[in-house]
Amino acid sequence: MSKTYYDPADLRKFGKITEWSEELGNKFFEYYGKVFEEGALTAREKSLIALAVAHTEQCPYCIDAYTKDGLQRGVTKEEMMEAIHVGAAIKSGATLVHGVQMMNKVNKLDG
Amino acid sequence: MVTKSLKKRDSDLANSNKQLKILSNGIFKNGELPTFKDKIAETNQFPLKAKKLEILQINVGYMCNQVCDHCHVDAGPDRKEIMTRATMRQCLEVIKNTGAHTLDLTGGAPEMNPDFRWFVEEAAKAGIKDFIVRSNLTIIRANKKYYDLPQFFKKHNVHVVSSMPHWTRGKTDKQRGDGVFDKSIKALQELNAVGYGMPDSDLRLDLVYNPSGAFLPGDQMSMEKDFKKALMEDFGIQFHNLFAITNLPIARFLDYLIASENYEDYMHQLVEAYNPAAVENVMCTNTLSISWDGYLFDCDFNQMLELPVNSKVKHISEYNEELLEGRNIVISQHCYGCTAGAGSSCQGTVA
Repeated sequence: MSKTYYDPADLRKFGKITEWSEELGNKFFEYYGKVFEEGALTAREKSLIALAVAHTEQCPYCIDAYTKDGLQRGVTKEEMMEAIHVGAAIKSGATLVHGVQMMNKVNKLDG
Repeated sequence: MVTKSLKKRDSDLANSNKQLKILSNGIFKNGELPTFKDKIAETNQFPLKAKKLEILQINVGYMCNQVCDHCHVDAGPDRKEIMTRATMRQCLEVIKNTGAHTLDLTGGAPEMNPDFRWFVEEAAKAGIKDFIVRSNLTIIRANKKYYDLPQFFKKHNVHVVSSMPHWTRGKTDKQRGDGVFDKSIKALQELNAVGYGMPDSDLRLDLVYNPSGAFLPGDQMSMEKDFKKALMEDFGIQFHNLFAITNLPIARFLDYLIASENYEDYMHQLVEAYNPAAVENVMCTNTLSISWDGYLFDCDFNQMLELPVNSKVKHISEYNEELLEGRNIVISQHCYGCTAGAGSSCQGTVA
């Protein structure tokens, strides 16, 4: 067994998940591929969304993959960092908006 | 940012044998990755054979005004290998009689060869359909004596193909040196001013994009769209096509991959992106590369690795197009660079 939970080389083995569940694995990768095709959003825009979500999900594999994907598409480091801030803003906003619940509770209990 | 060639630095990697050893050992020797020969054999594409010659590429010298991080030629101001007028005369004989439709002059900065203009004037008389000069752009702004190059190219109906790694200053200068972006922009504006790159102009101006690091180029058409939009909006610049070229793991790019511990991952990327359809049209099958001293190679990369053509004919002085046709192409693991994804050639993608 690996001595760490994450090994960068494991990303290359992602496709192997189909070996233990072929139909579901294939359906997933087909869906995944379709999602990232050019559509109403460009593939470049989708790549930046994926990078932001990779950070909010804190998935190291996804961060590696979509940083490289962005570079391949000519995305600049400034664009990448802004995308991550969008993710971070939603994460912190999602935390802080619960503050209203706390305020409601305080007002009810200690009003 | 490097300032000297590997050769000037006396680096181990200035030795082509050393490069070839690296490309054959390690992950390719222990079976982690298949060799290029084994890979193309899987789809019955070994041996790769030369088809009818279409492109004659002549490297007129390794001297360059720039020292780009990833140069596969290991070019720079300190390189002294320059094609002589005598070798150029031999090339002209070939140019007059070749069946190739494209003549492609490259370097280094080809314009720095003292006989460059004479050679272009003479070669243009042969009337080859597509006459390319690979210009690094900054040379046009490097010295007063080069300022009239746009007019000179126009006079001889030269097709200008120029490197431009990105539409932003930061990424361009990081790869090609401080100030390269601004000079390149000025040179492109001057080429536009004499008619190069304009939508209906016959004066062809194409740009070459190659990645600034250890990753593959994105989709050529999408990149072209992004380049066109940004260069037009920011600088009013127009050009015809963008060629997306993959960095091959040789010379300074190999040095960079090893130093940055990206070599194995990069080779994995290349092998994973292997595309048999790209092998069908890989440029070595329709191209011949001539070195500054007149030797013949399957491509510019093999020239830098000192892997000569597998033919009785080795030198421009004994040139024979019929004998060269059908020769077996000389391959090694660097060839994966031309068969990844949509493929890569000096004319961009091939699949």
